[in-house]
Amino acid sequence: MNFLRFAVRRLLEMAATLFVASFVVFGAMYLAPGSPAGFLLSGRSASPAALQAINEQYHLDDPFPVRYLRWLGQVLHGDFGRSLTYRTDVSRLLADRLPVTLTLVAMALLIVVVLGLALGWIGAVRGGAADSAVLVSTMVAVGTPSFVAAVLLQGLFAVRLGWFPSGGAGQGFADTVWHLTLPAVALALYLVGLLARVTRSAMLDELGSEHVAVARARGVPERRVIVRHVFRNALGTVLTTGGLVVSTLLVCTVLVESAFSVGGLGQLLELATTTKDFPTVQAVALIVVALFMAVNLLVDLVHPLVDPRVVLGARRSAA
Amino acid sequence: MNALDIRGLTLRLPATARPVLDGVDLTVGAGETVALVGESGSGKTLTSRSALGLRPAGSTADGSVRVAGTEVLGAGPAVLRALRSRTAAMIYQDPRAATNPLRRIGDFLTESVLLTGALDRAAADRRAAELLDAVGLDASVLDRYPGQVSGGMLQRVVIAAALMGDPALLLADEPTTALDVTTQAEVVALLDGLRRRYGTGLLFVTHDLGLAAAISDRVYVMYAGRIAETAPAAALFDRPRHPYTAALLAATPRIDAPAGRLAAIEGQPPDLRAELTGCPFAARCPLADDRCRTEAPRPRPAPGAADHLTACHHAERLEGSAANV
Repeated sequence: MNFLRFAVRRLLEMAATLFVASFVVFGAMYLAPGSPAGFLLSGRSASPAALQAINEQYHLDDPFPVRYLRWLGQVLHGDFGRSLTYRTDVSRLLADRLPVTLTLVAMALLIVVVLGLALGWIGAVRGGAADSAVLVSTMVAVGTPSFVAAVLLQGLFAVRLGWFPSGGAGQGFADTVWHLTLPAVALALYLVGLLARVTRSAMLDELGSEHVAVARARGVPERRVIVRHVFRNALGTVLTTGGLVVSTLLVCTVLVESAFSVGGLGQLLELATTTKDFPTVQAVALIVVALFMAVNLLVDLVHPLVDPRVVLGARRSAA
Repeated sequence: MNALDIRGLTLRLPATARPVLDGVDLTVGAGETVALVGESGSGKTLTSRSALGLRPAGSTADGSVRVAGTEVLGAGPAVLRALRSRTAAMIYQDPRAATNPLRRIGDFLTESVLLTGALDRAAADRRAAELLDAVGLDASVLDRYPGQVSGGMLQRVVIAAALMGDPALLLADEPTTALDVTTQAEVVALLDGLRRRYGTGLLFVTHDLGLAAAISDRVYVMYAGRIAETAPAAALFDRPRHPYTAALLAATPRIDAPAGRLAAIEGQPPDLRAELTGCPFAARCPLADDRCRTEAPRPRPAPGAADHLTACHHAERLEGSAANV
């Protein structure tokens, strides 16, 4: 199957999945206890007339399919409705917050990839005490939830040492990076440990393989054997965790952004959920689903370039 | 100068009671084909790998291994790199396992000579094209991955790759075991042709006596880490002087002999964990007596044939008959 046909097919699949996801996202909020009207009135008893006005403004009296289709039509035009909490367009909210979250996730991803691969490499190639250190530190990293890491990092580097700010997103590039460093580390910690362990065991597998012994027996210098045969071959295995890594980042960013008051998409989702801000929750959930699927598509498209044995469109186990 | 000269090679592994290789003497002349025959665990693969300076981790070695005049035992990394990329090369049992599935065949052919600086890019590409032609493959395989060609084709690639540095010594470790029978014959014929064409000494490691007889000038028979017998191929098969060789011959199915029961060799080779006194084959040998169990036999030449050496106290009793064992 050629690249273009595969990409088109996967994009159509993605659209179908997003359609189903939109239905679930829209429906789930209505199954949850409480109603938008109840939140807007926040416990006050309202006159039937006021209630009627709210229901009309938000079309709450229409049957479910009508409401869903109206919402979907607006979403397709880029209109996610008005936030109940912030009283502005949800699309404005998203435009403000998405860049912060994307920056934070990108920084965390960079830390995960660089540190995870490096630690896995050191553990597998050096062995001995270095390997033990890698194993212990990655076990600690994997065992530390991101919200715990956030509190610890805040306490040490922001409050005690004062090296980094304890919250906020900053302005301009350098200031943003400075503000987002601690959140990114907190977000990355667990995945650094995970990726290091995956990399280490994939490289150990390759180190024990015959083609590596053959390369050595042909006089290929050891460093080149590690790069060309061990690390290169381990990359395929590492790449299959890509979907898991990114989805974990998107989920955990909710906790970390709240802990550091970063003011990104995750914090918005957390606030919107607790306040039953339906339009906002729906929009953020859809965007997270779309991001996750885009990353998985990217991983699938890149995989055959990393491993020629992988055939585009062939059945595979999900990452 | 001999392609390979092994003298008194003794190899000890940690936590074993006896050496896994015990005083092995083996020579491969320039352009000569020598077969090294033995059952699994006899040490034939360890012997051939020692020519590339490859030893199991934690092992200790005594004796001498010279490849084209260069001492390999205790050689430094630079000497070993030059040896492995230019002087000696190995062909492996399973070409699928020996090649990296993620790298193109062209890359596999040239990587050893390029990364060790033996050849520059242009010379390596020329040599690769020439050798692919010599092994009967089209240059289009250069851009393919190992998974995209058949096992027989891939073994030809591995053979071509072994010849890239124009080595004096080619080590073939059961190169046909993983291939089907018709491909086996092609690969053997190809190896023989290439050996003549490039004047390479060939050490052919196999457990297949019939194959050894067909391809080699001389044969070494190995048992429990020692050379039991060595002779020119014809002499060894016509007049084996070691009971083990005779038993191996009797256990080999023959197409020209009446189909009877094959004579299996009773018992097991000696355990590496047990001390060994006397002849290693004594426990399984019909001719064994007290002397065999206490005194290790030294290799002795046959009368009138200095190149037929047998490590057996009773070599004379076997003279001329493979059937009475």
